[in-house]
Amino acid sequence: MTPSTATESALELRNVSKSFGALAALSDITFSVRPGERRAVLGSNGAGKTTLFNCITGDFPPTSGNIRFFGEDVTDFAPYERIRRGLRRTYQISLLFAGLSVADNVYLACRGVSRGRFSFIRPRRNDVLLQSAEELMHTVRIDGVRDHLVSELSYGQQRQLEIAMALAGAPRFILFDEPAAGLSPTERAELVNILTGLPAHIGFIIIEHDMDVALRVSDYVTMMHNGRVFKEGKPAEIEEDEEVQSLYLGGAHG
Amino acid sequence: MALFEPHNISRIDRSPGWIERIPGPYWALAILLLIMPSLASDFVLFQIFGWSFILGMIALSLMFLAGYGGMVSVAQMSVAGIAGYMVAIFGESAIDQISMGWPWFVAIPLGILIAAILATCVGWLAVRTEGIYTIMITLAIAAAFFYFCRQNYTVFNGFSGFNGVLPPELFGVDWRTAVPFYYLCLFWAALYFLVVLYVSRSPFGLALQGVRDNPRRMAALGYNVTAHRVAAYTAASIPAATGGILLTWQSAQISPGTISIGPAIDILVVAIVGGLRHPIGPFIGAFVYVLLKTFAVDFLTSLGLSGERFQLIIGLGFLVIVFWSPDGVLGLWEKFRNWQKRDPLRGQEGGIE
Repeated sequence: MTPSTATESALELRNVSKSFGALAALSDITFSVRPGERRAVLGSNGAGKTTLFNCITGDFPPTSGNIRFFGEDVTDFAPYERIRRGLRRTYQISLLFAGLSVADNVYLACRGVSRGRFSFIRPRRNDVLLQSAEELMHTVRIDGVRDHLVSELSYGQQRQLEIAMALAGAPRFILFDEPAAGLSPTERAELVNILTGLPAHIGFIIIEHDMDVALRVSDYVTMMHNGRVFKEGKPAEIEEDEEVQSLYLGGAHG
Repeated sequence: MALFEPHNISRIDRSPGWIERIPGPYWALAILLLIMPSLASDFVLFQIFGWSFILGMIALSLMFLAGYGGMVSVAQMSVAGIAGYMVAIFGESAIDQISMGWPWFVAIPLGILIAAILATCVGWLAVRTEGIYTIMITLAIAAAFFYFCRQNYTVFNGFSGFNGVLPPELFGVDWRTAVPFYYLCLFWAALYFLVVLYVSRSPFGLALQGVRDNPRRMAALGYNVTAHRVAAYTAASIPAATGGILLTWQSAQISPGTISIGPAIDILVVAIVGGLRHPIGPFIGAFVYVLLKTFAVDFLTSLGLSGERFQLIIGLGFLVIVFWSPDGVLGLWEKFRNWQKRDPLRGQEGGIE
């Protein structure tokens, strides 16, 4: 593979490995994603997909290897420093603030990537961030429950809220961790609409068990197996690949 | 969902006039507290209410850290104590060879500033730990500070500390007489209560509650969790330091006994008995604590028992409250409200909140 220069890739992983004790969760992962590219990462349970996300965001730093974000080496950066550079993620298990309202959750997300995080002054009614929070809630269609506590939301609404929070500020690249898990067919269709409707400059990686959703929103697919990159290709190629099919179906349902 | 729902009205500051939003009971309480000097004796004003407001302020700083930040610090009494000590050292006291006799407008801000710096250092150490370990490390700091003050004679005047520490005679008022001292304490207690209430909905306060609920997620939203926690310690030091200075003035002295392990844990007891979920909690807790501490002896002797067992009554009082309601007096109140709302036929609790 050719070494890419700073402007060519939004996200670049070089020989990234992560082990928990003797268990190698990720071995020697190398790939790069162009700005604006939509990439699906597929693989059976335990293939290392979520660990890959945790390495990229810095939740759990990699044991070895390098991660570059828009040309900048972010391997040793704290999570918040990566987020402030335009990286976002959603979580597979809901990590929302259950005791706060929907509006407060989105507002916190907007505030986190702007200045004034330490402000003791309450936001005024015409605060720019309050307005962008309103717009985000409108985008993912949860503005109807804006004043509800997160603990009162349905599962689907919580997933939508996750996406609204990932879109806060000016994201350049988003990691979606199984956004369709547990959603109804209608909610899935809405999710696909939201993902395909994202501005073209925002690239993302989506981890998804639902092949249908994953292949419809992505333009390139990385297959993972046992912590390694197993196969890469266009959605159509991957879909037809017999080796992938047997492995994926065998792994997921076996 | 309504089609014409306006999208630009926030919940955070949707105000039909802030005065109208203040609930009725708060008005009643405010008026009662303002006219209290015409109802109560000097002893009650100075000793019961004055002390309650002061302890309430120090416990409020703990409520801010523990209730909003999830960090239980036992070192808040030390923060209050250092401010009291600094005012005695920089200002005037009966210990002429140490006290510098600087004017109050230098000594007081300096005392609060030094308390804030100390609290920031305490926070910087303590935020590396969670839960029970935070309690342990802050307890260790409180103990170290107590022994340091007791053994250091050049700056802290050791065992005897400082006496004759009096408030300045500002506006020609002797602030240590009952009524002025009552209003002085009421003013600062009410101010900090309102500030904490206000800050709880500010970006800093919301983020602090986010850090309490889910630090990992807050980092993934771009927040520097460690910095936020340390800043909370700094902010909480201000009401604690003010309380410490008022406490020093009330007894006109500060000594290692003021900041020993007992008082440090009493602040924790006050905050928990009152309730950590709302800034009114610490003041309720402080009032209960002061009442028990003041009248337990009289209560025992009236029953024909030895007054020496007053600690037993205090302990039992707290045990009863915490046993019935882990959320303190505030939690008892909520339980009572829910009980009132319950359906009389089915006996089920109705709308909560």
